[in-house]
Amino acid sequence: MPVSAPISIRNLNVFYGRHQALKNVDLDIPDRKITVIIGPSGCGKSTLLKSMNRLLDTVDGVRVQGEILVDGENIYGPRVEVTRIRKKMGLLSQKPQVLPMSIYDNVVYGPRIHGVRRKKELDRMVEHYLSVCGLWDEVKDRLGQPASELSLGQQQRLCLARGLAVEPEIILGDEPTSALDPQSSQNVERRLMEIKADYAVVVVTHILRQARRIADHLAFLYMGELLESGPAVEVFADPKHPRTRAYLTGEIS
Amino acid sequence: MMFERTGTGLDGNLRRRKRREAMFKGLMIGSTALVGASLLLIVGAIIWKSVPALSLSMITQTPKGGYYLGKEGGILNAILGSLYLGLGATVTAFAISLPLALHLNLYRKSGAQSAGRTRLFLDVLWGVPSIVYGVFGFLVMMAVGLRVSLLAGILTVALLEFPIMSRAMDEVVRLVPRELREASDSLGATRFETAFKVVVRQAAPGILTAVLMAFGRGIGDAASVLFTAGFTDRVPHSLLQPAATLPLAIFFQLGTPFPEVQQRAYASAAVLTLIVLLISVTARRFARRKTKHVVK
Repeated sequence: MPVSAPISIRNLNVFYGRHQALKNVDLDIPDRKITVIIGPSGCGKSTLLKSMNRLLDTVDGVRVQGEILVDGENIYGPRVEVTRIRKKMGLLSQKPQVLPMSIYDNVVYGPRIHGVRRKKELDRMVEHYLSVCGLWDEVKDRLGQPASELSLGQQQRLCLARGLAVEPEIILGDEPTSALDPQSSQNVERRLMEIKADYAVVVVTHILRQARRIADHLAFLYMGELLESGPAVEVFADPKHPRTRAYLTGEIS
Repeated sequence: MMFERTGTGLDGNLRRRKRREAMFKGLMIGSTALVGASLLLIVGAIIWKSVPALSLSMITQTPKGGYYLGKEGGILNAILGSLYLGLGATVTAFAISLPLALHLNLYRKSGAQSAGRTRLFLDVLWGVPSIVYGVFGFLVMMAVGLRVSLLAGILTVALLEFPIMSRAMDEVVRLVPRELREASDSLGATRFETAFKVVVRQAAPGILTAVLMAFGRGIGDAASVLFTAGFTDRVPHSLLQPAATLPLAIFFQLGTPFPEVQQRAYASAAVLTLIVLLISVTARRFARRKTKHVVK
């Protein structure tokens, strides 16, 4: 079977104790596109995203059934090394979470863990990934400063650079602009549009207009069920499911 | 009439509420003042009483013959003994407390019963009087054939410090946001890497407080070292020799019938207070440079 999608979700069910958060979800994430998962609060968007890099593992009382194939390998298989799976994906959280260290050390945190030691190599990575995220010119003179002193928008772009520095194939964003001001949000959106040339990007959002701006591929999640997915243009123009239609027109939110 | 206003009742209520506000404010100021005054009084009394006995020879000499009768000498034996013991015990307790606090919060499910039980157990240990640790340490020493020594004292005091330190660390490690851990995890870090590279850095100021709290308790304790470290006029040169400590030096000097020796007890108390103060201030100053990266 040729691998066309970097991530294939097959019949995924997730339970928190007795509560079922995701029901029989099937979804293919296309490469080099932005897939946006939309849906009302509490519909399981974040759960779906966190299941893709197995961050769900750290939640108490969670149970996962089904398969998620990353590059054809089921990441919930019995002998899978979690750290290797996570290295394939960069994560942007709702509120930017910079690590308690300098700007420089934030970027090279991942590479260092994975064994890059040479200063020259690390320096090159810092400049490269900060440039990709449009942050290099803003911070190149204060790389040793605490990352927490940056503005929230800068912090989120730093988090993106940090995620890119482990050389992942996939970027996951969990409402990555929800804590940012409009200008910073726009900046982050622009970075995502740029990097999709090289990565598969998955973004969860509840902002419909953001979905319209950035989505190539759209998935609608409602009460734990994936009701509809497809090319964004088609779903926006002609939603098949009545609930998708209701959500897109603002009747439910 | 049903919709008539009830009149002046509300104003009376306001006056009572204001009175209550004023009363409580007075209580709060009073409490704060009481604590501040006690502290000043304690430190003031110790210094006042110790002035006649404070001298350079006091901190540079060990007790000479007849010291406890008012003759020459100093308490260098107890100063060094206390420093060795306090630092040794704190380092030992730290080596146990930090892994425990990290294990409780990062390696066990947060709602786990076993974690709750461990915390309860530590809380109980925290409240155990230090004389009990002294007796326990003594029993263990007899069982394994260890004599009264600096080593026995260090181990006993470490046992006394460990619940305080680990429980205090537990509380600060628990405050590290889950999302921060996830950020590290999502980059492919192992739990160990997340724990030591991220969580410990983030919690560093609180961890330092935990260490200093435990150190203060350990170096100031008399009952736990009475049977375990013993007391001697000599400075210990090995872990297996007995060691004097400041709290016991205070106890023995104050217990003599001679006023000039009693004054030395106050001077010893001043020295002990000064040591704790100096170490706390230095540690904090050092830490401030190291913890500027903590994410608020």
